[in-house]
Amino acid sequence: MATALRRLGRRMAVPFFRVREFSASTSVLQNEQSGKSMNLYTAINHALHIALETDPRAYVFGEDVGFGGVFRCTTGLADRFGKSRVFNTPLCEQGIVGFGIGLAAMGNRAIAEIQFADYIFPAFDQIVNEAAKFRYRSGNQFNCGGLTVRAPYGAVGHGGHYHSQSPEAFFCHVPGIKVVIPRSPKQAKGLLLSCIRDPNPIVFFEPKWLYRLAVEEVPEDDYMLPLSEAEVIREGSDITLVGWGAQLSVMEQACVDADKDGISCELIDLKTLIPWDKETVEASVKKTGRLLISHEAPVTGGFGAEISASIVERCFLRLEAPVARVCGLDTPFPLVFEPFYMPTKNKILDAIKATVNY
Amino acid sequence: MWSARSKAIGDYVKRCVCSNGRFMAGLVDHRSNPFGSSLASGVAETSRHALPFPCNMAAPFLVRRFESTLAGKQLELLHAGDADDDQALDFPGGKVTYTPEMKFIWENYVKRVPCYRVLDENGDQIMGSNFKEMSKEVALKMYNDMVTLQFMDTIFYEAQRQGRISFYMTTIGEEAINIASAAALNDDDLVLPQYREPGVLLWRGFTLQDFANQCFGNKDDGGKGRQMPVHYGSKKHNYLTVSSPIATQLPQAAGIAYSLKMDKQDACVVAFIGDGGTSEGDFHAGLNFAAVMEAPVIFICRNNGWAISTHISEQFRSDGIVVKGQAYGIRSIRVDGSDALAVYTAIHTAREMAVSEQRPVLVETLAYRIGHHSTSDDSTKYRPLDEIEYWKMARNPVNRFRGWIEKKGWWSEKEESELRISIKKQVLQAIQVAERTEKPPIAELFSDVYDQPPDNLREQETELRETINKYPQDYPSGFPF
Repeated sequence: MATALRRLGRRMAVPFFRVREFSASTSVLQNEQSGKSMNLYTAINHALHIALETDPRAYVFGEDVGFGGVFRCTTGLADRFGKSRVFNTPLCEQGIVGFGIGLAAMGNRAIAEIQFADYIFPAFDQIVNEAAKFRYRSGNQFNCGGLTVRAPYGAVGHGGHYHSQSPEAFFCHVPGIKVVIPRSPKQAKGLLLSCIRDPNPIVFFEPKWLYRLAVEEVPEDDYMLPLSEAEVIREGSDITLVGWGAQLSVMEQACVDADKDGISCELIDLKTLIPWDKETVEASVKKTGRLLISHEAPVTGGFGAEISASIVERCFLRLEAPVARVCGLDTPFPLVFEPFYMPTKNKILDAIKATVNY
Repeated sequence: MWSARSKAIGDYVKRCVCSNGRFMAGLVDHRSNPFGSSLASGVAETSRHALPFPCNMAAPFLVRRFESTLAGKQLELLHAGDADDDQALDFPGGKVTYTPEMKFIWENYVKRVPCYRVLDENGDQIMGSNFKEMSKEVALKMYNDMVTLQFMDTIFYEAQRQGRISFYMTTIGEEAINIASAAALNDDDLVLPQYREPGVLLWRGFTLQDFANQCFGNKDDGGKGRQMPVHYGSKKHNYLTVSSPIATQLPQAAGIAYSLKMDKQDACVVAFIGDGGTSEGDFHAGLNFAAVMEAPVIFICRNNGWAISTHISEQFRSDGIVVKGQAYGIRSIRVDGSDALAVYTAIHTAREMAVSEQRPVLVETLAYRIGHHSTSDDSTKYRPLDEIEYWKMARNPVNRFRGWIEKKGWWSEKEESELRISIKKQVLQAIQVAERTEKPPIAELFSDVYDQPPDNLREQETELRETINKYPQDYPSGFPF
């Protein structure tokens, strides 16, 4: 596994695939005058440096993290903080998460890396049956709230079945954990620091397509962004679009194109998938009367279904059209067919038009 | 870093212009001979005394067609290899000697790994046995707790049969492992139980009332009534809460132990598991992580012959569990689990090694599960009654230890009958109190999922309270609103 991953990691350095522009939210860019231009993996790296620096009980570990990680997110950490706090583990995801739970149970900040979200499944039992229930089952005598599991997720242009998946929905069915996905470098740094310091176990999925491609001004200081708070990153009046992670950049392009056709789109970044901010989405849909959700994961059983059901419950009489979902197909993630599988800008644009003209 | 990089690699690197930093950075640490300590030696017994323990009978009768890889021969080769680099392969992880012989390591064993014991079936010390001395006070507390465990098991089991509690699991047959291991540990050693180790909690002061409260899931249960009976846990007693999944606690044990190591604590982690659990992936993860991280964990595998109805011959083809330790680079010992003195001595020694040398240790105890797996199981459906009776009568760990303390002059028939009357009374009293105590309040259904209840849980709690008000007949009574 590791060999394949290292290979992919190296290939990531050369973005030979079609460049996918990321335009961060205008509000972020306008608000943030100071800071340093950096990409997403560097922002993650900054967050990890700060986490280790500000808490002597913080640890970073996982496959190949010692030399900087296959995506370079842990660069420089072992040199600066020592191999007892930043270290390689055996290639065993259930071991990594189980070890992290134990470490966290002793009051440490255990920051575990799963090299790809596609490989998180051996650790599913540790996350679902152990981490998520650790506090509840002990009557709050014990908790592993210091655990943060980081994993790169999502399409990357050449990842095939096992370097492309978006498994977030599996984890959104588990009371006791939080699931967080950032859309940009600035968001990644602030949200990751919040996750690391939050007193609950968290699965933090990083959009690997954006590791190098997304670049924005990121404050160099220590800052945190709130969890379970969605953000309206583009205001509009005709339809609400909800997404997270890398998909937001595709959705924003669709919003721009729809605007040319006179359709005003409101775009919301959910950021935290559980427990999620229903109020922000509800308020937006009550204003626009329409909702579209888009994610890379297969449409059936995806988290879009949960959002759709919840919003229909709350906004039924305000809805002008059925809730639209533009998502991945119900196939395994396919290598050469990736462009066909993906919820592309024009698929979203069509769905926007169909919903507005319903 | 290699402590002494070999001449062969040195020569190669000099020749090789394109060598890179990564190649140079092999992380190999030559440790001292792991078998050098006299602490680990057990007492081998003659076959006359061999335990009739359930085993895979096929293996000892296999014909050995190739010469076995005897440790002595390997040692000779190693020394020969040291003398001449051409006879050895410099490989990441250390030097490996070459051999012209095409020889497989044979899968079976000539003789099973012997089982360390101190007391015979009557509680007489075996001649030449070495063991850790214990005071009269410790011995009597051990015996008291073993008898208490038996009474608790018998009466709680009956309570389940009467429908007063929903479920129960007994420890019958494994009382010595429970109590003697606890006695050999320090109370600040962290215990990660499987589920058949309530004796450790008992030893540490968890009261009969605490046990009963958990089994009845009342408001005084530290777990707030959320888990099935026997899923005990107590922060005060450094005993992490039982979870039903098998072996998940083993990689967690490595993480907890790593934290102790980083904090330079004079304590270790003790993780229990059964024979069935060794087939789980987490067994591998836990042992391998503990070995690699040099974490002070004592893994105690209670090999009791049966995983519900699965006999150990259907569980693995190895000579039990003790042999698995070496493959992970973990020091290991097999102990007679019905012999409290042997368990006490082995765990005491394992603890010393774990804490002072910062390493994991594996202890396999052999003691039969005399009870059913749980109250949901009838083990007479899959194993012969006479096998159960044999272990219950002839190899009973509590009787054996009683024999020893009586021969020491520390215990009498009079004290025995007083103890039994007293404990029975205490257990019955605890059950009555627990049964009368009200259930935890409804609010506890929603607390502790997260540190603070999120909006969805607040909404659900409000809705549920409305429903309870509307249809009180649908819900059990005794839950404070």
